[in-house]
Amino acid sequence: MTEYLPLLFILFLGSIIAIGAILVGKILGYQSKNTKNKFAPYECGVPTFGSARIQFKVEYYIFALLFLIFDIEALFLFPIAVNLKEIFAGEPMVITPAIVIADLIIFVSILFSGLVYAWKKGFLKWE
Amino acid sequence: MLPSVTHPIGDFVRENVPNVLGYLPDFIQPYIPSAEIATLINIIICMVAIAVVGIAPVPVLIYMERKVCAHIQCRLGPMRLGPHGVLQLVADIAKLLFKEVYAPKGADKFLFYLAPIFVLTAPFLNLCVIPFDKNLQVADLSVAIPFILAMNGFGILSTLLGGWASNNKYSLISSLRSGAQIISYEISFAMILLLVVMLAGSASLGEITASQSGHFWDWWIFKAPVLGLLAFIMFLVSSTAELNRAPFDIAEAEQELTGGFHTEYNGMAFAMFYLAEYINLFTTSCIATVCFLGGYHAPTIGILAIDNILNFVPGIVWFLGKTFFVVWIYMMFRWTFVRPRVDQLMALEWKFLLPVNLLLLIFGVVFLAFGWILP
Repeated sequence: MTEYLPLLFILFLGSIIAIGAILVGKILGYQSKNTKNKFAPYECGVPTFGSARIQFKVEYYIFALLFLIFDIEALFLFPIAVNLKEIFAGEPMVITPAIVIADLIIFVSILFSGLVYAWKKGFLKWE
Repeated sequence: MLPSVTHPIGDFVRENVPNVLGYLPDFIQPYIPSAEIATLINIIICMVAIAVVGIAPVPVLIYMERKVCAHIQCRLGPMRLGPHGVLQLVADIAKLLFKEVYAPKGADKFLFYLAPIFVLTAPFLNLCVIPFDKNLQVADLSVAIPFILAMNGFGILSTLLGGWASNNKYSLISSLRSGAQIISYEISFAMILLLVVMLAGSASLGEITASQSGHFWDWWIFKAPVLGLLAFIMFLVSSTAELNRAPFDIAEAEQELTGGFHTEYNGMAFAMFYLAEYINLFTTSCIATVCFLGGYHAPTIGILAIDNILNFVPGIVWFLGKTFFVVWIYMMFRWTFVRPRVDQLMALEWKFLLPVNLLLLIFGVVFLAFGWILP
């Protein structure tokens, strides 16, 4: 596993570069006078009202849920996709091409009927 | 089973560092763990290499973007600083360096600074799995494609964090929109890569590249007739949306949401978002090159005399050439199509791209079953 050790360190590489750059920016940056308007959020010059943490549309959650379902189902297809070529090439395996095709048809049709259900329910509509 | 990682520089270090340490005085010898030092040097080389490979193309991409968009609109683009404006970016960086970095009133300071720190993680990790030339990659993961998908999912986090922490209504709306857009197009991105994995019979980018060796019609864009070309077009559409680039830049849409989720960022904190955007562009082009355009293979045409000349050019030159060709396609995309509305964008993904993707997957199985793939 030592070959993959660099990945663990590169996980922090971006953070290191960003922290360094922001610190350099903090040190070199020109300090302007701290007025009230300087720290006001920029909303096209109109004075801001209320908090910015407003209520937002529930559709965002629905799309997140749909994403979870479809992305996980796509990930479930990866193991079969990797082996599909060898199965069709007739390499000795536990499963035969017929079973694989039946499995795929069932799985993809469940996936597709889920999409049709969401569509018919009107979840995919964005107002 | 994990593949043995071929790593020329790493192997060189592992073989030679213990020998170099042999020249040290005898009384220190037993105290030096040479294998660990070799691993450490290896890690440092990998980190430096990934940082260079990630950051070095960015100035080129930004200059290219400015020039391509200028010329497509019959303008000249940057011309003042240096010949044809090549030094414009140096001036921009100097400007960003001397800008003050501060958080607006009411912002969640911790999350506000966490967002630009997180934003570079995903693109750098994606670069690790890309084979730039034969044996020239940090780690040849056997699960490289699921890894890329996972990292792309991680990339949304900083967008949402930045938008939420800014205490700005436009930022929040923009980050939510961009989150919804990225996760929606992530699905068709995953499905297209799944198709390539299915055709190539492996999820490791090294083996996907190896499956395209030979002539230029052995690349996946041509090897599976029509199917490959359709998949490539779908990949371009879904990845343009994932990159938040025009025509799918709903998150920024200048007329609607000022500067998008990074409206409140300035100076180097803003520069991090800008940097990540272009590294992501480069990384996605690299993935397109590996999956569809044959990676580092030369476009040999079957005539020996010409093939020998083409093979004489190093693989990395072909790789970068193809990558910049894909980048150029992304840039042409930006200026040829109009921006759809949010609802149209969502409808395009869920009601068109996703059903077509499922169809393509089924056709992929059919192609494999009947052996309709070019030899």
